[in-house]
Amino acid sequence: MLKTGIKGWMLAASLAVAGLAGAATAQAPAAPAATTATATTGASPATAATAAPTGLRPADSNQGTSGGSLQKADAAPASPALAMDGAPAMTVKPMLGQPTDGLFGIQPQVTKNGLRAHWFHDRVLLPLITIISIFVLILLVFVVIRFRAGANPNPSKTSHNTAIEIVWTLAPVLILVAIAVPSIGLLQAQFKPAPANAVTLKAIGNQWFWSYQYPDHGGIEITANMLKEANQVAPGERARTAADGPRLMATDNRIVLPVGVPIRLITTANDVIHSWAVPAFWIKLDAIPGRLNETSFTIEKPGLYFGQCSELCGARHAFMPIAVEAVSPAEFAAWVRAKGGKMPAPGKPSDAVIPQPGADNSAAVMTEAADAGNMTGPTVNGTDTPPTSTQGATGNPGGVGEAGR
Amino acid sequence: MTDTALHPSAFQAHDHGHHDADADHKPGFFARWFMSTNHKDIGTLYLIFAIVAGIIGGAISGLMRAELMHPGIQYLPQWAAMLHGGTEQSFDQALHLWNVLVTAHGLIMVFFMVMPAMIGGFGNWFVPIMIGAPDMAFPRMNNISFWLLVPAFTLLLASPFFGGAGTGWTVYAPLSTYGEPGPSVDMAILSLHLAGVSSILGAINFITTIFNMRAPGMTLHKMPLFAWAVLVTAFLLLLALPVLAAAITMLLTDRNFGTTFYDPAGGGDPVLYQHLFWFFGHPEVYIMILPGFGIISHIVATFSRKPVFGYLGMAYAMVAIGVVGFVVWAHHMFTTGMSVNVKMYFTAATMVIAVPTGIKIFSWIATMWGGSLRFPTPMVWAIGFIFMFTVGGVTGVVLANGGVDDYMQDTYYVVAHFHYVLSLGAVFSLFAGFYYWFPKMSGRMYSELLGQLHFWVFFVGVNLLFFPMHFLGLQGMPRRYPDYPDAFAHWNNVATIGYMIMAAGMAIFFVNVIWSLIAGKKAPDNPWGDGATTLEWTLSSPPPFHQFETLPKID
Repeated sequence: MLKTGIKGWMLAASLAVAGLAGAATAQAPAAPAATTATATTGASPATAATAAPTGLRPADSNQGTSGGSLQKADAAPASPALAMDGAPAMTVKPMLGQPTDGLFGIQPQVTKNGLRAHWFHDRVLLPLITIISIFVLILLVFVVIRFRAGANPNPSKTSHNTAIEIVWTLAPVLILVAIAVPSIGLLQAQFKPAPANAVTLKAIGNQWFWSYQYPDHGGIEITANMLKEANQVAPGERARTAADGPRLMATDNRIVLPVGVPIRLITTANDVIHSWAVPAFWIKLDAIPGRLNETSFTIEKPGLYFGQCSELCGARHAFMPIAVEAVSPAEFAAWVRAKGGKMPAPGKPSDAVIPQPGADNSAAVMTEAADAGNMTGPTVNGTDTPPTSTQGATGNPGGVGEAGR
Repeated sequence: MTDTALHPSAFQAHDHGHHDADADHKPGFFARWFMSTNHKDIGTLYLIFAIVAGIIGGAISGLMRAELMHPGIQYLPQWAAMLHGGTEQSFDQALHLWNVLVTAHGLIMVFFMVMPAMIGGFGNWFVPIMIGAPDMAFPRMNNISFWLLVPAFTLLLASPFFGGAGTGWTVYAPLSTYGEPGPSVDMAILSLHLAGVSSILGAINFITTIFNMRAPGMTLHKMPLFAWAVLVTAFLLLLALPVLAAAITMLLTDRNFGTTFYDPAGGGDPVLYQHLFWFFGHPEVYIMILPGFGIISHIVATFSRKPVFGYLGMAYAMVAIGVVGFVVWAHHMFTTGMSVNVKMYFTAATMVIAVPTGIKIFSWIATMWGGSLRFPTPMVWAIGFIFMFTVGGVTGVVLANGGVDDYMQDTYYVVAHFHYVLSLGAVFSLFAGFYYWFPKMSGRMYSELLGQLHFWVFFVGVNLLFFPMHFLGLQGMPRRYPDYPDAFAHWNNVATIGYMIMAAGMAIFFVNVIWSLIAGKKAPDNPWGDGATTLEWTLSSPPPFHQFETLPKID
């Protein structure tokens, strides 16, 4: 009875939804405005000074709109995108780094392990489970037709057949072994530790936003809050635009990572458990208070990639998205500099420091980085080159793990 | 309180019962239903309880599907205002209500619908009869097992009025410790404690009954598969629930008494909670499905007019599932940062479970092979179960791969998987068992037409509801989201339409039950013919108040 009532009510409700939607969205999340840029000491006045001459938009600073004094020169809302020398900010590409409505399968993958796992799922697991399901369905349909009472009035009394019982025990075993071998290989590849020259990104879950640190790059800190819709923000406050990304996925500050360079992702949390997940990278790693989790991946394709918190973390669990801009190493270096950070010096493996933010902010290093100054090609190559091997060993896709399939 | 007040009359009724202890003398209404020591009456109480809980849990899922039908927050603020007395609610409270709904749906369906129906309901009703016993070993303990569920459920249902527990049914720390102030999480924890005590007492009762009260000649290897299933389930309950009790007791002390079992600031570990929870939680999913396996075996054999194929294999497959079910728990935690070796082990161990499960699927089909099949309502539910459980099972094999699970963990793919094995697995077997035994329990036949209609409408509905969730999960939609990016709109819309169809199917079910109880044909002792060989079909429909005053002999 109750069910009928609910059904009727839901039908009515669905008709009313179009009308309600506008009103309802007006009450959407009040993002924690105060949380922006609480600890962004890295963005010193010097940063702005360095950035300005090179044409980087100061608004790129992680200070955000509420950051205040430093950016008074730029009246435009802060853009999360990396815009160099007037180049267009990175915008959303369809079918890349985000879900697409009405599709059936896995999002396109842009990491080697992602491609490998995607292949494993689409070419091994999915066909196999489809075949097994259809096989069982065919057997069922066959027995239902062939052995219905009308066609087979006298049932057999067979209740044992050792041979067939052995077959249907061993056949699944063989199938599972066939799955397990590539599966274990995939796990091994996923657990390959990041090389010394990897770019370290520390993602910290908070209720309900992500903050990030780049401990090897002068302790850059970023706070990423979800961007609200235009009808949800106070006048003058920044709202999401189409260029920022899809609703509920766009953030006010994106994190920037280089393509072709291994990324060491470290996650932790300040309050409850969160989970840092970007489907296009095949990465999901819980962010647990009191614990540092680590994994690594290499993005192979520049673009804008979105993810969402994937462990229930309280009321606004759905409203703490992840937005990653993958850019060329050169652009990454420029971005780092614009943020007041510095690229790790050659010959100084980044994993030598599992640093507190600012720990390697020594004056000497600063100077060295500042001297490297002009943020274009040479510097970038220099900084990305590990002490012993060449760019090829790191940035080159072949350098990380074995071929995907 | 009520118990104390009623004690004198209870004593009298008990006394009274002794005077005329003939087979079919029933005590008065109150003594019969509120102080019952009769396994069939307690089974009936459990079934009624499960149906009530199922209606509530199903209604909650209706609220969730309504909210998810379109992108954006539609109804939560209004519902939050209704719940908290119509005052202006903050948006966070509306969002919190979502988590409360998710949590309540999970806890209700697991602890207050499936488990009471499977074990308390059908287990109580038919295990003693099937093994030729007059009643359960500990009839009074049986009664308290049931009545502990009532305060447990009351606590859970009351908790939303004290803020609501929005932790998910897994109650992960630290969201459940310092993440959720107020009494409601404590109420939910206490509710789980009581439900756990209820289940442990029930498990002790079943194990004792099955080991000690089988009729002469009923060896374990002649015991019907449903009794086997309940025996294995009882052992799982007995071994798993104390671990849950320990885990949530530590939650309780972390919340209230300043301990830091799960708080890293005091040397604790949030992941420890997850290990303890899933050490219980994974056997729990087999607790929910094993009795269903038993039910399906009986129905398939009955309507094929053949004995179950590979009886021993079927029985020991369940034992194997039960044993292996204890060593695979961390596949629920693949993204928590486990080491590669641990992840490999849990990948491999999890896949092992597919082998005994496959044995069961194939044995059911082999039971039908060569049979003389009829398709009354219980049989269509059973065949539906076999196929739908296969679909849910194979997605489990996908998820078992730790490297693949990184993508699917906490997405709708997982939601689709466990609803296929539970909503389409366990629930199909519950309906199959309900239609199979309804004539025996009530003495009346159900309406075949409505039963078939119920199956087909429900079948279409749940598939439309849950299959698109695979697509949502593969596109990356995380679980437990009240609002989602617009790119997930299409399949969410389809799923909600599926819910509506499913709800229509449930309406047919309730019409059928009410109509059958009022106007159904009188059921014969054995409405299913010579395929129905277990002892319950030798008794009248409904069975006498006390059966087997002379124990049956099995040869």
